[in-house]
Amino acid sequence: MLTATHPERSFSVEPTASDPSGQQLRLHGSLLFPDAATIWSELRTHVDLAARGGTLHLEMSDVQRVDGGVMALLAHLRAELQQRGVQSEFVGAAAALQEIIHLYRGDVVVGERKRRKARGTLDQLGNATLALLHEAQAVLAFLGEMVIAAIGVLRAPRSVNWKELTPTMERSGADAVPIVLLINFLVGMVMAFQAAVQLKQFGANIFVADLIGISMTRELGPLMTAIVICGRSGAAFAAELGSMKVNEEIDALRTMGFGPMRFLVMPRTLALLLVMPVLTLLADFVGVLGGLVVGLSSLDLTSSIYFTELQKAVSLWDVYSGLLKSMVFALAIGLIACQQGLATAGGAEGVGRRTTSSVVITLFTLILIDATFTVLLRALDL
Amino acid sequence: MNPPLDPPLIQVTDLSIGWDDVILQQHANFQVARGDVFVILGSSGCGKSTMLRALIGLERPLAGEVSIEGAVSTRIETGAPPFGVMFQSGALLGSMTVGENIALPLQEWTQLPPPAIFAIVQARLRLVGMQGSEDKLPSELSGGMRKRAAIARAMALEPSLVFLDEPSAGLDPVSAAMLDELILTLNTKLGLTLVVVTHDLDSIFKIAKHCIMLDRDSMSIIASGDPRALRDSSSDPRVHDFFNRSTAHAP
Repeated sequence: MLTATHPERSFSVEPTASDPSGQQLRLHGSLLFPDAATIWSELRTHVDLAARGGTLHLEMSDVQRVDGGVMALLAHLRAELQQRGVQSEFVGAAAALQEIIHLYRGDVVVGERKRRKARGTLDQLGNATLALLHEAQAVLAFLGEMVIAAIGVLRAPRSVNWKELTPTMERSGADAVPIVLLINFLVGMVMAFQAAVQLKQFGANIFVADLIGISMTRELGPLMTAIVICGRSGAAFAAELGSMKVNEEIDALRTMGFGPMRFLVMPRTLALLLVMPVLTLLADFVGVLGGLVVGLSSLDLTSSIYFTELQKAVSLWDVYSGLLKSMVFALAIGLIACQQGLATAGGAEGVGRRTTSSVVITLFTLILIDATFTVLLRALDL
Repeated sequence: MNPPLDPPLIQVTDLSIGWDDVILQQHANFQVARGDVFVILGSSGCGKSTMLRALIGLERPLAGEVSIEGAVSTRIETGAPPFGVMFQSGALLGSMTVGENIALPLQEWTQLPPPAIFAIVQARLRLVGMQGSEDKLPSELSGGMRKRAAIARAMALEPSLVFLDEPSAGLDPVSAAMLDELILTLNTKLGLTLVVVTHDLDSIFKIAKHCIMLDRDSMSIIASGDPRALRDSSSDPRVHDFFNRSTAHAP
C-alpha cells in the first residue's frame, strides 16, 4: 500500500483500510497553505483511484491544524468524490477543526452530479444564427430610430449637439489623413507591382494606368479608407459610448432631456459622413500616385503618358460612384459603432466585447455593401 | 401613511418592475408628498435602484404607472426635464469640466446668456460646497465631490423634485454626513422634495421623513412610514432585522 510519510514535512497522507467496505485517507500534522500544491497532488492520486460505489473518508483525528486554503481544497475533493458516487466524509475531527470544516461546507451533502448533455453542433449553430439575426435586427431598429431622429432634426435643427461635430470631424478626419495616405499609397504601389509583371509580358505597360485608376477610384480607395476609419473611429465611438453607458452618463443625459441619438449619435455619424468622401478622394489620389511610382520605375512610362492614359480610362462617374459608396460606408460605420456602444452592459469587459463586435460587424457590413454596390452598378450598367 | 390633503407629487399605481424573465417588485402602490424626504430602502437586489429608474422613466415598468405632478411619465428626453437626478457614481460627463456639466442643461433649456449661466453654475457649486471647482475635470475629483457636483447639476434647472441614487455609498463617514446635511438643507431651506435610494441606516434616520421598504423574496413593499417608528415598533421580523442591523431572522 502506498504511504507518503516524509519526516521533513509537517504533514502526511496515509491511506488505510478502515473497514471491509472501504478506505480512509488518514491525514497527519499541520495542513498549511504553503504546502497546498503537494497536498493537492498527493490527495489527487488517491481520489482519482476511488471507484464509484466505494468509500473514501478523510480521517482527521491526527490533524493539528488546517488553514482556510487547504480546507477549501479538501472540501472540494470531498464534494467531487460525492458527486462521483463515492461516499466521503470528514471523520474524527476535533471540535475546533469541525468548525472550519463547517465554514467551508465540508459537511453538506452533495448530490450526484447529473451529466449535462453537451449541446450538439447543430444546436450551437442555430443559437449563433439566431444571435446574429438578433444583432442585425437591433442595428436595423437603430437605423430606423436614427431616421426618425433625423426627421425631427430637420424640424428643429438646434436640437442636435452641433458643438461635437467639428472636434469629431477633426479626430476622425484630419487626424486620420496620414494613415489613410500611407495605406492607399502602398496599396496603389503593390497593385501596380503585381500588375506590372503580367502587363510586361504583353507589352501592355501603359494599361497599368487604367487598372490603378479604375480599381482605386471605384473599389479600393473607398474600401481601404472605410476599413481604416472603422478601426480608428468606429472602435473609438463604440468604446467611448460604451464607457459612458457603463458609467450611467447616458442615463444622466437622458434625464436632462438629451436623447443619445441627437446628442451623441448624430454628430458622430454626420462627422463621418462629411469626412469620408474627402478622405476617399485623397486615397484615390495617392493610390494613383503609387501606381505612377511603379510605372516610372519599372514600366518605362513617363508621367505625362501615365496621366493621359488615366484621363482616358477614368471617368468622373468612377470617382463619384466611389465617393457615393464611401458615404454609405460612413453611415454604416457610425451607426454600427454607436449602436454597439449604446448596447453595452456590464463593466469594462462589456466595453471590450462591444468594441470588438462593433469592428467585426462593421467589417462584415462594409464587404456586404461593397459587393452589393458592385453587383448593382454592374446590373445598371453604370 | 395617511394620504396627504394636497395631491401627491408622485403617485405610483400598481407598479410592477423587472425584466422579461425576472420580476423584482409587483403591484407597488405609494405616493410621495410635496416637501417630503422619501427614502426607498431594502437589502441588496430587492430592486430599489430599478424602482428609482422606473420612477424617472429610464426603465419601462412591466405594469402599472407612475405619475409625477399629475402627468404620466412615459418618455423622457423630450423637452426640459421635470426633475433632477443624481446617479450613484455621479455620472458627470467625463469629457467636460464640472462647470460645463452644470451649464449643459442651462444652455439647452433656458434662454440665459453665458454670463448668467456662469453665475448660476457658480451659485450651484457654492451650494454644494464646491466653489472654485468649475474648471476641474470629473476625473480629478474624489468620490464625494463627484456626487456633490452631480447634485449641483441635478439642481441646475431649479427643479422642485430631485432623485438621489445611493448618495452615501462608497463615501467615508464625514463625507457621507456632509451629504446628509446637504440633503436636509435642500429640503428645509429650499423646500425641495427628495426621493432617495439608500440602505445606509445612519443616513435613513437622519434624513428620511417617510420610507418604503422593498423585499426581494415577497417582491413587494413590506413596510412604509416613518423609519424611526418602524425601527421601534414594527412587528415584521424582516423590517426589525433591517433597522436593527441584526441577522436574527435571516434565512
